[in-house]
Amino acid sequence: MSLRVPESRVPTPSIAARARGLGSAGRGTGAWRAERVTAVALVPLTLWLVASLVALGGADRAVFLAWLGRPLRALLVILLLIAAFRHTALGLQVVIEDYVHSAAKIPLLIATHLLCFAICVAGVLATLSIALAR
Amino acid sequence: MKPRSPNIQNYRPQLTSVLSIANRITALISTVALVAFVAWLVAAASSPSAYGALYAAAVSPIGRALLVIATFAFFLHLCGGIRHLFWDALVGFELRSIYASGWVALAASIVLTAAAWLVGRHL
Repeated sequence: MSLRVPESRVPTPSIAARARGLGSAGRGTGAWRAERVTAVALVPLTLWLVASLVALGGADRAVFLAWLGRPLRALLVILLLIAAFRHTALGLQVVIEDYVHSAAKIPLLIATHLLCFAICVAGVLATLSIALAR
Repeated sequence: MKPRSPNIQNYRPQLTSVLSIANRITALISTVALVAFVAWLVAAASSPSAYGALYAAAVSPIGRALLVIATFAFFLHLCGGIRHLFWDALVGFELRSIYASGWVALAASIVLTAAAWLVGRHL
């Protein structure tokens, strides 16, 4: 029995090039890494937000608008929203990939990523409209 | 059907496995809280009546209870996430350290949740 791989089975550079980006051809760790990078950003951002909301207590609308109207706070909230929804989409993707094995998997993944993006943009727009109206 | 591993029915709960699944459950609760925060932002940007409706829901007994649960879920996911980041750097990845950091994460989440609500109530 020959241990030599048949000539026709040897991957040619063009096959490797086609696989790149589709699987673990050098880029498979991208989503995994993005989940960690956003997590690192979210540690200070979420602690700041929760501490701020605790300090605000049951703030009425005027107090909340005045609080969010400051440029630095609006910036931090927008950064938090972007990092949090990216982190959420990547995390939900892993949960779906682990538990959903039916035909619903791909539609669910698409819906998850689109919804996370849409809700994130809604939050960013609301924050901008408050910050720019001050 | 082939039995799946781990066989959940016969699996004795341990701190490690309970905190592992808790990290996912708290992630899902935090997701709901994050969407609620966006709803709060949109309501604040929209109108006094929209803000008032969300405000009333938030300070209702059920609303407050859900917020306490969400606060605890957030802190547990935060502490669990920090443990994962250390493990990714291969720090604290021995069984003894895993148990120690697990108890610390659980205790810290309880203390932080209590602190948030005790401080918040006085403001």
